[in-house]
Amino acid sequence: MSEITAITMPKWGLTMTEGKVLGWLKGEGEEYGAGDELLEIETSKITNVMEASEPGRLRRIIARDGATLPIGGLLAVAAPESVLDTDIDAFVAGFAAPEPAAGAAEAETMAPHDIDADGKRLRVLDMGGGEAVPVALIHGFGADLNTWMFNQPVLAETRRAIALDLPGHGGSTKALDEAVDAASFAADLDRALAALAIDRLHLVGHSMGGAIALAFAGWQPDRVASLSLIAPAQLGAEINADFINGFVRAGRRREMQDVLALLVHDPALVSRQMVEDVLRYKRLDGVQAALAALSAAWFPNGIQRADWAELVGSIKVPTQMIWGREDRIIPVAQGEALAGRVPVHIIDGAGHLPHMEKAGEVNRLIAGFVAARA
Amino acid sequence: MPQKSIRQALNEALRQEMRRDPTIVVIGEDVAGGAASEGQRDAYGGVLGVTKGLIGEFGEARVIDTPITESAIMGAAAGAAVTGLRPVAELMFSDFFGVCFDQIFNQAAKFRYMFGGKAKTPLVIRTMIGAGRSAAAQHSQSPYGIFTAVPGLKVVVPSNAYDAKGLLIQAIRDDDPVIFCEHKLMYDLRAEVPDEAYTIPFGEANIVRDGDDVTVVALSRMVHYAGEACDALEEEGIEIELIDPRTTSPLDEDTILESVERTGRLVIVDEATPRCSFATDIAALVADRAFAALKAPIRRVTAPHTPVPFAPSLEKLYIPSPDKIAAAVREVHGYGK
Repeated sequence: MSEITAITMPKWGLTMTEGKVLGWLKGEGEEYGAGDELLEIETSKITNVMEASEPGRLRRIIARDGATLPIGGLLAVAAPESVLDTDIDAFVAGFAAPEPAAGAAEAETMAPHDIDADGKRLRVLDMGGGEAVPVALIHGFGADLNTWMFNQPVLAETRRAIALDLPGHGGSTKALDEAVDAASFAADLDRALAALAIDRLHLVGHSMGGAIALAFAGWQPDRVASLSLIAPAQLGAEINADFINGFVRAGRRREMQDVLALLVHDPALVSRQMVEDVLRYKRLDGVQAALAALSAAWFPNGIQRADWAELVGSIKVPTQMIWGREDRIIPVAQGEALAGRVPVHIIDGAGHLPHMEKAGEVNRLIAGFVAARA
Repeated sequence: MPQKSIRQALNEALRQEMRRDPTIVVIGEDVAGGAASEGQRDAYGGVLGVTKGLIGEFGEARVIDTPITESAIMGAAAGAAVTGLRPVAELMFSDFFGVCFDQIFNQAAKFRYMFGGKAKTPLVIRTMIGAGRSAAAQHSQSPYGIFTAVPGLKVVVPSNAYDAKGLLIQAIRDDDPVIFCEHKLMYDLRAEVPDEAYTIPFGEANIVRDGDDVTVVALSRMVHYAGEACDALEEEGIEIELIDPRTTSPLDEDTILESVERTGRLVIVDEATPRCSFATDIAALVADRAFAALKAPIRRVTAPHTPVPFAPSLEKLYIPSPDKIAAAVREVHGYGK
């Protein structure tokens, strides 16, 4: 019986309680390797592909297309060919449905909390643990720690993984310092790390968060074990001004839907709930002023101001870059131009959010890079 | 995120706005508490408990307890609004708008227009609506349709605690008179509500659920009844797009029209009486602007054209129920098939 494994509904993000099977990408009897795409799952927030965490053979699909299951619910059963059908029947019959209480306990550990970063209230989601060098995840302009919903749990399997909301974002203080450049946010990160008692760490930054991670690594290279930059900002002048201005301006659903669609290669990824979450954030007092100040400082007149490209490959921190080939916010050419200095991984079929759009591929790139650089 | 009741959400909105802006005053019957002695007056927070604790923090000059004088409350509030304050007046039961409607209908709603745009009237009137508590015909009505018919008034009818807080703050910051309708059976309904202040723009509907088969438009408590109907119908394979307009004036026409363009089928749920009403208004809008998209007659699920009965059994029949909503949806869904 131990050869039989259950494939269960994953938990993506803080608020997910159930998911709907959109379609299976592997059939019964098919073999698959680790990282192969098994099925598509839709949550109220987002649709994503679930990948196999280890190789196996799909023996029995339990949740058919259109079925909605709670987290931990039995999607399918995997087992080698040698296992009898009757044993699989017994496994399915004996599979214990997840207890709601266990889900609640897990939700507790998945809850973000506020920290006092030298006087600033910052919201942090602290996952994983152990001796390995921790990893910190820095989101981009207008986003929050939920952008890492597909990545943080995977990285937390081997180490402590922290995601935080930058000032002006998510659940953190909406008050910004006078300076809002990458260096000043790097100083905020430094304060947050002190509050979290983290010295050496791996840094992963997306877009504006990429520039902040790079600024931190340039400032304190000895503390940074590795640097993974996803479509980082401020490496070149060009940026999609329609997105920046639209994001700052949009206060209504339809407008925001169009703006957020620019972020991804497949606009179907932008669910109504995703739009609603962004609007709920933007409605908070202080956010509009914070975003206006940020966009004026980072992208004046629709052009990226500072240029951190010189730092890429010249600091003594192992660095990789990840970019979606179809990025409509910051052109992939800015990454390609630096391919001679650091490894640049260009992800097909992804826009400006490769860590969400092609989470499995990006997770493997980050996990592999981090594991090789303790 | 913390769960809060509508009562708590409204209290928090008032408190945060009063801290931010010293020109905001609260005026109404029992808003201070109503008990006679000094030490007790804060214990009660009015019959609704929405203004609990405000007099302790902001004092008698900003939390004005009145006798039972709706006409004086609304007259004072309209005058204060047009001369520089931002009053939040309470009309405890909306049923009594009749005794103070000149102040609202012919004064506050007209000031901006009559004074050539030189006057603004940042007045909020919080008022309780709804049947279901055997409060009889004079304490159970939902007259938001009458308010909606008046140019110059904005009308808010929230269905949950998140919307209640954001819409009340928006109402307080708005420079025009706003009637804010709270359902008397929903004060303890809880939802995730941020601690921080936030605003929800007027005229922006909330899409409560997505679906391609039938559009259902509902307000206030009926949003929840419609949601129950959706649950039952989903098992039958009928996917409903449930739209909560949140404000009846201004009205988010585009969201309703776009939805009906897609589904071709519309059910409107309204706890108020059906003549010249919210439900009728939405039906007219869609018949006028999306006629070609319709695949079935528009159905309205409303109260009958009678006063609200006192007898609990009759009152239950009077209010639209999830069953009646589901039946109407099934009917339009099956029409022509």
